[in-house]
Amino acid sequence: MSTTPEHRDDGAWAQPVQTLTGADGHINVSGRRPTAPIHGFGKMWQKTYRVELHGADVSPEEVIATWKEHFPEFWPAKSSFFAPLAGIAPGEVAALDLGMPGGLRLSTGVLVLFADAESFTLMTPQGHMFAGWITFSSFVENAETVAQAQVLMRASDPLYELGMMFGGHREEDRHWVHTLRSLADRFGAQDAEVSVETICVDKRREWSRVSNVWHNAGIRSALHTLGRPTRARRRSGG
Amino acid sequence: MTEVSTPLAVRAVGTGVKVIEIGGEITRDSEAALQDAYERASDGTRTIILAFDGLQYMNSSGIGLLVTLLVRAKRNHQRILAYGLSEHYRQIFELTRLDEVISIYDAEDAAVAAAG
Repeated sequence: MSTTPEHRDDGAWAQPVQTLTGADGHINVSGRRPTAPIHGFGKMWQKTYRVELHGADVSPEEVIATWKEHFPEFWPAKSSFFAPLAGIAPGEVAALDLGMPGGLRLSTGVLVLFADAESFTLMTPQGHMFAGWITFSSFVENAETVAQAQVLMRASDPLYELGMMFGGHREEDRHWVHTLRSLADRFGAQDAEVSVETICVDKRREWSRVSNVWHNAGIRSALHTLGRPTRARRRSGG
Repeated sequence: MTEVSTPLAVRAVGTGVKVIEIGGEITRDSEAALQDAYERASDGTRTIILAFDGLQYMNSSGIGLLVTLLVRAKRNHQRILAYGLSEHYRQIFELTRLDEVISIYDAEDAAVAAAG
């Protein structure tokens, strides 16, 4: 007996999960709950980064296929995305190491919330800098293929909110501008200018979410780094 | 931006309670239609009920629009309730944890009763 999908988006969404599993060997991923923008502490922002692929003969579906397959290659060198073995597919979990000021590395992860031929979305877990998701999409506008990354987020806790205010937003903008420029270069687009649109969806802070700081992956990553010599001594029996 | 969305129906079901009928596809192209429906539903309304029984397709941009609608309603001290979600879309609400902030009912009369 064959079954016909009831909705066209059947199979494009991850299955519901209470906590993330996978990303073995990376801290701050397994056991963490995925978080929507409503679970964060800070102001809610919608940031849209987009680039028109002038002169590139490429369809939106081809852009998304390439973006999924080579996702880490478009990132700035100081941050790493460890793609799941199955690739960017609904329900898969990827680990991230993000370069922070002072040479620190922040270890966290993402859940692939949604993925189809036209877009894909990564959702953050507890402890990530922000609660929310990033949607990567491609479409045709004014006869040009456009690639877009759109972030809907609140900083997860008060420390991250401070960090976002004092350089974090600027750093995030740089990250996605670099990513879209690299993607445009891959397709040989000419004069690729990345536009950035930032909208404050909600200027209020969610004080009931202050305790999110307990999961702060930045603090946990720093403590993990500081504890590395001790762990190495224990392993060597010293 | 290419606008392909059609207006969403809005109707009153009681004093201070209105229903927005979310039908067809909810994607990034639905932003204007959803915003327009919210504005039409908002006047003097304390509870907005989203009817999802006509929903055929929703991607992650669409769920993002629901989040922004929810935030806007919260800012205006309005409650958002929902009904008519298929099992598939209930799972998406669970996955995105929107079910923690939007009460979901099986049918309109239950949602209207809860709206008080």
